[in-house]
Amino acid sequence: MKAFNVLRAIGLAAALASGSAGAVDITGAGATFPYPIYAKWADAYKKSTGVGMNYQSIGSGGGIKQITSKTVDFGASDMPMKPEDLEKNGLIQFPAIMGGVVPVYNLKGVGSGEITLTGPLLADIYLGKVKKWNDPAIAGINKGVKLPDQAISVVARSDGSGTTFIFVNYLSKVSAEWKSSVGEGTSVKWPAGLGGKGNEGVAAYVGRIDGAIGYVEYAYAKQNKLSVAKMVNRDGGAVLPDDTTFKAAAAGADWAKAPGMYLILTDQAGKQSWPMTGASFILMHKVQAKAENAKEVLRFFEWSYKNGDKMASELDYVPMPDPVVKLVEASWKNLRDAAGKPVY
Amino acid sequence: MSDSTPRSAPPPVISERWKDTLFENVTRFFALLVFSILAAILVSLVIGSGLSLQKHGIGFVWSSDWDPVQEQFGALVPIYGTLVSSLIAMAIGIPVSFGIALFLTELAPNWLKRPLGTAIELLAAIPSIIYGMWGLFVLAPLFQSHVQPLLIATLGNVPVVGALFEGPPLGIGMLTSGLILSIMVIPFITAVMRDVFEIVPPMLKESAYGLGATTWEVVFRVVLPYTKAGVVGGIMLGLGRALGETMAVTFVIGNAHRLSASLMAPGNSIASALANEFTEAVGDLYFAALYELGLILFVITTIVLGLAKLLLMNLTRKEGTRT
Repeated sequence: MKAFNVLRAIGLAAALASGSAGAVDITGAGATFPYPIYAKWADAYKKSTGVGMNYQSIGSGGGIKQITSKTVDFGASDMPMKPEDLEKNGLIQFPAIMGGVVPVYNLKGVGSGEITLTGPLLADIYLGKVKKWNDPAIAGINKGVKLPDQAISVVARSDGSGTTFIFVNYLSKVSAEWKSSVGEGTSVKWPAGLGGKGNEGVAAYVGRIDGAIGYVEYAYAKQNKLSVAKMVNRDGGAVLPDDTTFKAAAAGADWAKAPGMYLILTDQAGKQSWPMTGASFILMHKVQAKAENAKEVLRFFEWSYKNGDKMASELDYVPMPDPVVKLVEASWKNLRDAAGKPVY
Repeated sequence: MSDSTPRSAPPPVISERWKDTLFENVTRFFALLVFSILAAILVSLVIGSGLSLQKHGIGFVWSSDWDPVQEQFGALVPIYGTLVSSLIAMAIGIPVSFGIALFLTELAPNWLKRPLGTAIELLAAIPSIIYGMWGLFVLAPLFQSHVQPLLIATLGNVPVVGALFEGPPLGIGMLTSGLILSIMVIPFITAVMRDVFEIVPPMLKESAYGLGATTWEVVFRVVLPYTKAGVVGGIMLGLGRALGETMAVTFVIGNAHRLSASLMAPGNSIASALANEFTEAVGDLYFAALYELGLILFVITTIVLGLAKLLLMNLTRKEGTRT
């Protein structure tokens, strides 16, 4: 097995060195958030078809850079590209997998799911306006919870990240002040608190600092057994983060009407919707110089949509709903090779 | 070596000459390679930061704004964090290293010298990410629950100095990163100090002892003056490492782009800002600003090394006049 891996690595290096001409293996680069599931899919796909997929989790920004400079077959980004940017770079995008961002906290004597927050309140906490856990704003919607007279230590991501993008996109939608003073992006100027590197960094800080609040991908909250807060969504329902509320958010989304599939799943309608849900996107060139590779990429994702749902759920991701998959696969018809023939 | 067969006549000298020339040129090539790599790095840093240099000008150095959304960037916070955390590291690291090195060379019994020396060297071999994890998971909680409340309660109330020890005990921040850095530089400084202390001629020390000097006097009147150049060199080596340390600092400094007088507060250093933000930086100006941070770190390190060289030259010149 080891020897096999080494051979594969050598083969890959050779393929890369020769400009991947004629190689069957496909390469992708980008977002770190979906890396575990892409890697798992790639492994299973390799076993069933013999075609390898090499994914470098270098970050969404890096993924966009690599695909625009055409060094990889596909790029991956947690932040969808705006339709005009897609047009400018001759790219298409489609969602591959979804996940949820959840607020986590560490308060002595207060268990998981006992605290309920609203979007504007979360924004005020991150703006540094609500400083204590027993602030009337928090106490008002958490009657019956014993809130300590303790400072809130706000923890954010210090590195640029799609997780941050989903989080601040939501805050911008629900808080005018957040939108005007901080805004949205993969990294922002945090008005308060401290920063942890990566989901694991934030999880570690929140797990350790008494009175801390932070936000992480759902899987990290689960693995680190952090207390998660309920969120009041757009339709007034207080929901806990889990598969059903993520799926509810995705179900309400109207992908068909989104130009360039530019859709951010935060603050979706529906009483059961988790307000901070996000999709991770795949970016490909509209005109494919290497049609063979593009075909392999599309085959890989077709296979993953069909066979990868269980693997995704195991890793606490949310698979794309079937109607969306149909829509995505229909959009692949727009991919052309150099001669103008459809690739797929 | 011990073969008894008669040796063949040595080959004529001429035929060997080209090997010498070749060897000389190859070594020269490698030596010059260092210069060209250094120049290439500098040039690519300047080119990479071009956009930011144009837009921000010199104001980049003292602006404390860092807002990727509005594309406003300034380097003051990371520069401050880099310098202060390194300063803390030196303030703790130098005396401790000095003590360890002295103990190893002058006072330790022979059976202890070797294992202790090896242990110190092993500290240097630990990857910095381990220090970071250890700092975050072990040191920071201890710091938060025991050391920081004590500092805040005592020093926090002292006028002037108190400002350095204000704020809630988070466990992470400038002070913690300085402490981690000090642990990381101690093996480097100690190793150099020990080596230079060992080259002090025994005759000098024994003469001093013979004249009735105490260990204290021998150390400060004989050993230290004899080795000061090496000691300064070791300190600079440690400082260089502290300035550029990335992973360990990233874990414990708190990564907040905010200027704060308190050492308890989270801050940021140049290296950790780069480690955090380079991968996901979107937008050309953001990228250029990060490049410029790298350039600034390069400049700071060069200045520190330059000062060290000046100091050493000064020391040796003084030595010349005294003897």
